[in-house]
Amino acid sequence: MMRFLITGILRDKNRSVLPATVIAIGVMLTVLFSAWFKGVFTDMIDVNANFSSGHNRVMTRAYAENESQRPNDLAILGVDTLLSSLHAQFPDMAWVPRIHFGGILDVPDARGETRGQGIAVGQAIDFFSDGTREPERMNIPGSIVMGALPRQSGDALVSHDFAERFGLKPGDAVTLFGSTMEGGMSFSNFTISGTVRFGMQAMDRGAILIDLSDARAALDMEDAAGEILGFLNTGKYDEARALSVKEAFNQQYASSNDEFAPVMQRLNDQNSLEEYLAISRYFSGVMVLVLVLALSIVLWNTGLIGGLRRYNEFGIRLAMGEDKGHVFRSLLQEALVIGLMGSVVGTLVGLAGAWYLETYGINLGSAVQGGSMMMPEVFRASISPLNYWIGFIPGVFSVLFGNALAGIGIFRRSTATLFKELSV
Amino acid sequence: MKNQILLVLLVLGACSVQAQPTATAIIAGVEKNMRSRTRIFESEMVVHGRRSSRTMVSKSYGEGDQKSFTEYLSPAREAGTKMLKLEKQLWIYAPGTDRTIQISGHMLRQSVMGSDLSYEDMMEDRALTDIYDVKLLGEETLESRKVYVLELNARVDDIAYARRKMWIDAARLVPLKEELYARGGQLLKRTTLSEVQQVQGRWFPMKVVYKDMLKDGQGTEFRIRSIRFDQDIPAHIFSKAALKQ
Repeated sequence: MMRFLITGILRDKNRSVLPATVIAIGVMLTVLFSAWFKGVFTDMIDVNANFSSGHNRVMTRAYAENESQRPNDLAILGVDTLLSSLHAQFPDMAWVPRIHFGGILDVPDARGETRGQGIAVGQAIDFFSDGTREPERMNIPGSIVMGALPRQSGDALVSHDFAERFGLKPGDAVTLFGSTMEGGMSFSNFTISGTVRFGMQAMDRGAILIDLSDARAALDMEDAAGEILGFLNTGKYDEARALSVKEAFNQQYASSNDEFAPVMQRLNDQNSLEEYLAISRYFSGVMVLVLVLALSIVLWNTGLIGGLRRYNEFGIRLAMGEDKGHVFRSLLQEALVIGLMGSVVGTLVGLAGAWYLETYGINLGSAVQGGSMMMPEVFRASISPLNYWIGFIPGVFSVLFGNALAGIGIFRRSTATLFKELSV
Repeated sequence: MKNQILLVLLVLGACSVQAQPTATAIIAGVEKNMRSRTRIFESEMVVHGRRSSRTMVSKSYGEGDQKSFTEYLSPAREAGTKMLKLEKQLWIYAPGTDRTIQISGHMLRQSVMGSDLSYEDMMEDRALTDIYDVKLLGEETLESRKVYVLELNARVDDIAYARRKMWIDAARLVPLKEELYARGGQLLKRTTLSEVQQVQGRWFPMKVVYKDMLKDGQGTEFRIRSIRFDQDIPAHIFSKAALKQ
């Protein structure tokens, strides 16, 4: 029976081409957008986690209140003890201290006087410890344009844009002029080991990356850090685990009134990421639902047109004694075949488009800057196993639904008037 | 009799002039106390943070409103740091890095050593009558002392505070309180001056508390330990070479 139906569909192009094309387009869009949004949300979450918020983040309560100012005078003290405690309590996570700082990056002339200067957005991470994963976590090796990672105390990476503006190259000296943790003046000379470009305007304008030990010396922050970031060892953000870690940690300090007591946040709590995570969580489902409804309406219409075109055929079949239910079921079987054909074609085309977007991405740099979140400039799709089957849901269901609606007319045909109709 | 009436009227007139001097006369009296040809002073600045307070001691030399030189004496981390202001330029020398850094542009609005004072505040030393139009608003009592309340509105553009309100000690012609406003009318800073002493025949406040109204905290105390006016200062003090000495 199925072979008979498939042969009929293939031979009668009018019956198959338009619905299959509509389905293929819908499925392609489903697959493409599903992969695209997954890529975009994953990139946003990873960038924010790796550069700014970790999967969990520990700060003092006072620092957390004024977090946007990165107030190092309110930083965590006794970091080594707290780190030991975190490692012991949550061994499935990597805990790393970081210091954010601002200031002026001053470029000297031959006499040691100011030749040029710009605003510095600094971050201190662990470059030198054995087995540190911090440079890779921030994709620093992949972002180096000139030179190399800092190898010794006094080395610094600066943004490539800043280096170009002042004609700097690896080996040149710059002075960081900022404030110590106590608010005093801080002057530190650094040698540029390399230049970096992250593809994020916030970092690329005037970034300087130095080792934690150098920042502590420069900012008078011995055994202190603005933040301690926690990353799940799996590398993937797990909302439930991050929540349980946060609740377990904060419970220990619940009775403390100290404004400098540590407090933990998870990624969701930071930079409006909760909304984005919620969107990413439900996006695929919502998009499939919308496409099923939209395609069903289109295919219902197509089915109605087909039903009109096949009015005589159904009439003859009914007149020859075929059961109305059988005619209806065969219509649905045809729809299933057309839906599968369209879904296969749409999935293949959608995957091809997703592969292109995964490989090359789209640069939306100028459109996404200025928010509180860190955003990559190039957004890429991310193909996952979901993309291989998600298109079949709207593809098959919509055509079945559309044809089921259109096929209701079969049951309204009166057999008593069939011969009269057919004789015309 | 006619002469006696005239005399009484003249005395009354003189009294009323003394009781309500003009805004210009008040500000001229203030400038006479507060400004000098040169000054050399040692001061301490106490910056109150949320965790602790820091005290920085410095020695400063000033000549007119164009030149000043400050060397920080303590604490150890800041000792040897020097600042030189020549007209509208400011340089800072840090001995630890052997670098002379010029502070310019919007950096001048940054806090000095975490205090409630900006570099811009430190640099502004022009005569008030040169840059503001002064208006007398009235009289009040402040800290049990009669004060004149003045409003100063900027008549130049290159200025940090478009409007000032000053409470001037009526008897000693020294400001006791000042509020500094942005062009949009927002209160940016408040200063409270106290411990008014007579130094070389002039009244001078030895303690000033600066409060940046946009920041939390208790403000910054600036206390003058010793001050001398109108001393001769060697010209080389106000040179970039002095920064590295």
